[in-house]
Amino acid sequence: MTSLPSPSAVKLGLVIDLDTCVGCHACVVACKSWNTQSDLGAPLSDQDPYGADPSGTFLNRVHSYEVTPQDRPTQQVHFPKSCLHCEDAPCVTVCPTGASYKRQADGIVLVNEDACIGCGLCAWACPYGAREMDPAAGVMKKCTLCVDRIYNEALPEIDRTPACVRTCPAGARHFGDLGDADSDVSRLVAARGGFDLMPEMGTKPVNKYLPPRPRDADQIDILAPLLAPVASDGKGLIAWLDKALSKLPGEHS
Amino acid sequence: MHPAPSVIIFTTFSGLGFGLLFWLGLGQPAPTGWVAFAFFALAYAMAVGGLLASTFHLGHPERAYLAVTQWRTSWLSREGIAAIVTLLAGGLFALLRIWDVSAAQLGWLVSLGCLATVFTTAMIYTQMRTVPRWRHWTTPALFLVLSLAGGALLANRGTAALVLLAAAAALQLIAWITGDKRLQQSGTTLGTATGLGDIGRVRAFLPPHSGSNYLLREFVYVVGRRHALQLRVIGLILAFVVPIPLIAAGLSHITALVAVLAHVAGVLCLRWLFFAEAEHVVGLYYGER
Repeated sequence: MTSLPSPSAVKLGLVIDLDTCVGCHACVVACKSWNTQSDLGAPLSDQDPYGADPSGTFLNRVHSYEVTPQDRPTQQVHFPKSCLHCEDAPCVTVCPTGASYKRQADGIVLVNEDACIGCGLCAWACPYGAREMDPAAGVMKKCTLCVDRIYNEALPEIDRTPACVRTCPAGARHFGDLGDADSDVSRLVAARGGFDLMPEMGTKPVNKYLPPRPRDADQIDILAPLLAPVASDGKGLIAWLDKALSKLPGEHS
Repeated sequence: MHPAPSVIIFTTFSGLGFGLLFWLGLGQPAPTGWVAFAFFALAYAMAVGGLLASTFHLGHPERAYLAVTQWRTSWLSREGIAAIVTLLAGGLFALLRIWDVSAAQLGWLVSLGCLATVFTTAMIYTQMRTVPRWRHWTTPALFLVLSLAGGALLANRGTAALVLLAAAAALQLIAWITGDKRLQQSGTTLGTATGLGDIGRVRAFLPPHSGSNYLLREFVYVVGRRHALQLRVIGLILAFVVPIPLIAAGLSHITALVAVLAHVAGVLCLRWLFFAEAEHVVGLYYGER
C-alpha cells in the first residue's frame, strides 16, 4: 500500500559529515558492490561499461561543489547523495502499483521489485535524484539502507551497518536511529547543526547533513611567504647578469 | 524532462479520443447506425491507442494491471481506473446508440468520465512539486480545454470548437508566461539543494561521474529549449491559428481535414514542449536546469 504509515518511532537513517568527506567515492563502490551481489533485488547493471559511453545504475553518488563565502576563501565540499528515507516521501504516494512503500517499523523506504512496472513516476517525484531505473531489470532501484545487512545476524556485529558507512575511510558517514533524541547520530546532528536538503519541498528527510566547518580566513597558504624570492642585493657574475638582462627589452617584471 | 514519444502520443491522442467521446456522450452529435459506429470507432482508436502507447515506456508492461490498485494516493492509479470505467461505460453507450436505443443519462455519465480521465491525467504532472513549471492550475485547465476543443473539432461542433480553441490558446499563453518564472519563484536553488547556500555562493565543481546517467537522461533535457521560441510559434499556428478561421468560414470535408490535421500536429508540438521545457529540480545538483 502506497499510503504512508503514521510516523514511526524508529527512524533509521544516515548522517553525512560534509566537513570530513574527502570525496574518495569508496562509499559509491561499496554500495554498488553490495547491492549487485545481494539477493535482495536485481543487480545494479552497467551499460557499455568498457566502451566509449559507459553508464550504470548507482544508489549513491558523490558530487563536489565549490562554496565561496563573502569574507573567506573558497572551499571545496564533497557531497555524497543517496535516498534520504523521507518521512513524507512523495515517491511512495505516487506509485500506482504499491511497489514503493515506507516501513512502519523503522521508516526505511523500499521498492518491491516484483510489483514494480518501471513507470518511473517515483523518480519524477523525488527531488533528490535518489531513484534510478535499471535499464537491464526494468525496475526502479534505490538505497535500501542495506536492510539486508543491518538486521543480518549471519554477519559479525561490526558489519551490521550500511555498506557505505562500513567502508568510509574518513568516518564521514554515520548510521543510527534519528527518531531517538539520545542516539549518537541525533546528538551529532544537534551538536553540529545538521540540516535537511531542500526543506521547502516538504519531504521531511530523515537523513541529515553536517555543514563543513569554516576554513581559516587570514592565510590561505602558510608556506607561501617562505617561498618569496629573497636575494635582492646579489654580488658577482649572477648579479651582473641579472642587471644586464634587465636592461634588455622584453623583461617580464 | 525527457520528452518520451510514448507519453506525448498518449496524452495527445487520449486527450482527443476522450474529448470526442465527451461530445458523443452529450448527444452532440447524436448519430446512429454506421455513422455512430464510425464516430465511436474513431474516439476509441485514439483513446485506447493512446493508453496502449503509454505502456510502451514501462519496464514491465505485463504487470500494468497492478496500476489500478493504489487509487487512494496515486493519480496515475486514479487515471487508470477513470479510463477503464469510462471506456467500459462508453462501449455500452456506443452499442446502444448504434442500435438507436436512447440512453441519455448513461451518455452524461460517459461525458463526466471523460472529464475525470483527462483531469486525472493532468494531475499526474500537476502534482509534481519537483517540476515547478507543471505545478499550477493552468496544467489541468489546459489539458481539459485542449481535449474538449479537439473533441469539438472532431465532432464538428463549430461554435464550441471556436470558443474552446480560443480559450486553449489564451490558456497556453498564460501557462508559458507564468511558467517561465516558476522555477525561480519556487525558491529552490543549488543553495537549498545542497544546504550550503547559507555559507556562500555554491557552484557545481565536479559531477559524480564522467559519463551520463538515468537522472541526466530523464530529467535534464536541454536540447529543445534552444528552439523553444520557434517551436512555441509553430505550435500556436498549427493548433489554433490554422483551424480557427477554417471553422469560422464553415467546414467542408477538405477544410475539416486540414483543420484536424493542423490541430493534431500543433498539439503534438505543444505537448513535446510541455515535457522538453519542464525543469526538474534534480538538475540543480548537476549545475543544470
